[in-house]
Amino acid sequence: MTAVTASVTITHPIGLHARPAVKLTKLAKSFAADIRLRGSPDGEWVDAKSIVKVMSLKLRTGSVLELQARGEAAAPALAALQSLVERNFDEAAVGS
Amino acid sequence: MKPRSAVEQRYRGVPASPGLAMGALVRLAAHAHAVAETVESASAEKTRLEAAIGQAKNELAALIAANDAMGADILEFQRELLDDAALAEPAFAAIAGGAGAATAWRTALGEQIATYESADDDYFRARAGDLADLCDRVIAALTGATGAAREDYPEGAILLGDDLTPSRFLAMDWHRLGGAALTAGSRASHVAMLARARGVPLLTGLQGEPVGLAEEAVLDAQDGMLVVSPNAGTRALYAKRIVAAQEQHRRAQAALEHPAVTPAGQRIEVMVNVDDPGAVADEILAASDGVGLLRTEFLFIGRPRLPTEDEQHAAYVRILDRLGGKPVVIRTLDVGGDKPLPGVNIAAETNPFLGLRGIRLCLEKPELFRPQVRALLRAGINRALRVMLPMIATADELAETRQIFAACLAELRTQGVAAELPPLGIMVETPAAAIAIDLLDAAFYSIGSNDLTQYVMAAARDSGGRVAALNDPGHPAVIRLITHVVAHGQANARPVSLCGDMASDPALLKRLLATGLKRLSVAPAALGRIKLAIAEADPDHG
Repeated sequence: MTAVTASVTITHPIGLHARPAVKLTKLAKSFAADIRLRGSPDGEWVDAKSIVKVMSLKLRTGSVLELQARGEAAAPALAALQSLVERNFDEAAVGS
Repeated sequence: MKPRSAVEQRYRGVPASPGLAMGALVRLAAHAHAVAETVESASAEKTRLEAAIGQAKNELAALIAANDAMGADILEFQRELLDDAALAEPAFAAIAGGAGAATAWRTALGEQIATYESADDDYFRARAGDLADLCDRVIAALTGATGAAREDYPEGAILLGDDLTPSRFLAMDWHRLGGAALTAGSRASHVAMLARARGVPLLTGLQGEPVGLAEEAVLDAQDGMLVVSPNAGTRALYAKRIVAAQEQHRRAQAALEHPAVTPAGQRIEVMVNVDDPGAVADEILAASDGVGLLRTEFLFIGRPRLPTEDEQHAAYVRILDRLGGKPVVIRTLDVGGDKPLPGVNIAAETNPFLGLRGIRLCLEKPELFRPQVRALLRAGINRALRVMLPMIATADELAETRQIFAACLAELRTQGVAAELPPLGIMVETPAAAIAIDLLDAAFYSIGSNDLTQYVMAAARDSGGRVAALNDPGHPAVIRLITHVVAHGQANARPVSLCGDMASDPALLKRLLATGLKRLSVAPAALGRIKLAIAEADPDHG
């Protein structure tokens, strides 16, 4: 099975911290696909559904997150995760 | 008995949550559970750990259900950790190798905690506290300790310790306690965030630790100091400051109960801005004159897909009905290329704040806008709904939007669906709208002072230093535009309100009232203090 890949830059000021990591793993778990991510080109691929592993990457703002998915609905899964990161995990304030 | 010989001692610390308190200095009860275990068999230990993890999950679920959104968010991180098999894996491996459940769990979590503690980033380092919390919870379940250690501290006590875990913080009755001073901890910890949200004074990173416990101490979490055995002068000074702060708070709470009226007798309507209706308490809505700005982005952002017309309709009706007939101003979707939406393709822009955002985006993408318009038309029947359009710059945009509302209304009626056109107002946030307000014939105007300031001053708020200082809503250029819009509204019987952050700042209130504004919409947390500031807004002083 071929893997789908994507990459996205973390722009959240504190990085991939607790609340965003919870959102990311929860979203990953809503897909059946096997999803992995890493924080540097030579880094270790970790399970995107494991918050222990995701937090262990200690990804800070500016890090480029690489995503890889295989299996059912792999492409939509990656699109959804990529969009979550691009949206700053929906944590930015909305101005009036 | 007061020890006469006690000499005043001062310890510096980092204010993690501002506030003042004076009270007995009490050491936090030791919270470690001594573990002396006899290992029966690997399978029995495995079962014990599984049961303890299960119990901890149930406890967390109950705490999450009982807490406000912020406390729940913080505990949700712990629940997600506990749900992750990778967390307990090393512990189960150690059990298979002959270790007892408690030792195995403590060792496994200890390694994780050490990894966080060695991080070179404050934020990740602070997560060690969340893991320690989780470690304690499972150990307590294993050892059969019911709940936390006895936390019966004297009324008004100032707690002294190394650190506090989030669940321990959440379990304490802070209405009875003065605050806490911790030798460890940081501003970035979850406990610090909780303390700020609840107004509990908290000092972290205390330098040095008082050896003997004094009867009395002053916790100054404004200037970052713990004063142990304060002398008479210090006590008197802080007693005065604490009374003044309490009095201010008490009066702000009392002001919530009454309509806001200036000393000159002018009634000012004070409404609230709502981001997520679920996060605003009924008491605040009841104390307000309505919702002056409901941002609908909460329905669109952070969702796997766009909300349907029916979902939007239900959400709008819910907030309207919670207000029980008071007006609710719902703003149509206000996003741009900087806040992507699921399934909506917006080309990247070099400057999204000058790009396709607000009403521009909605007019460009009718498939995004029409379900919202239909939901609003249906929600307004027999309810005090007002609809507000963001980022209007020209009369053509207003006309085009009106046509969409008219077309959707006709469509709904053809389909036999009850619908009604609500009053359509506009946000005044582009300099074009503010300057040429006479060209924009809307049912009402609401000044979006955040964007108006940034566009008028050509300075973004999130830039640092010199640029951020230019982003001044009190600058005469901004104030004159506000005055201009208010005057136009008064001359043409169009209500004018202001819903930007400056409305929530008591320091700017007199200048806003001087423009003739009679309606403000403020952050829910600021409602009491703004109502109080209005009641005290003596035009001759300050």
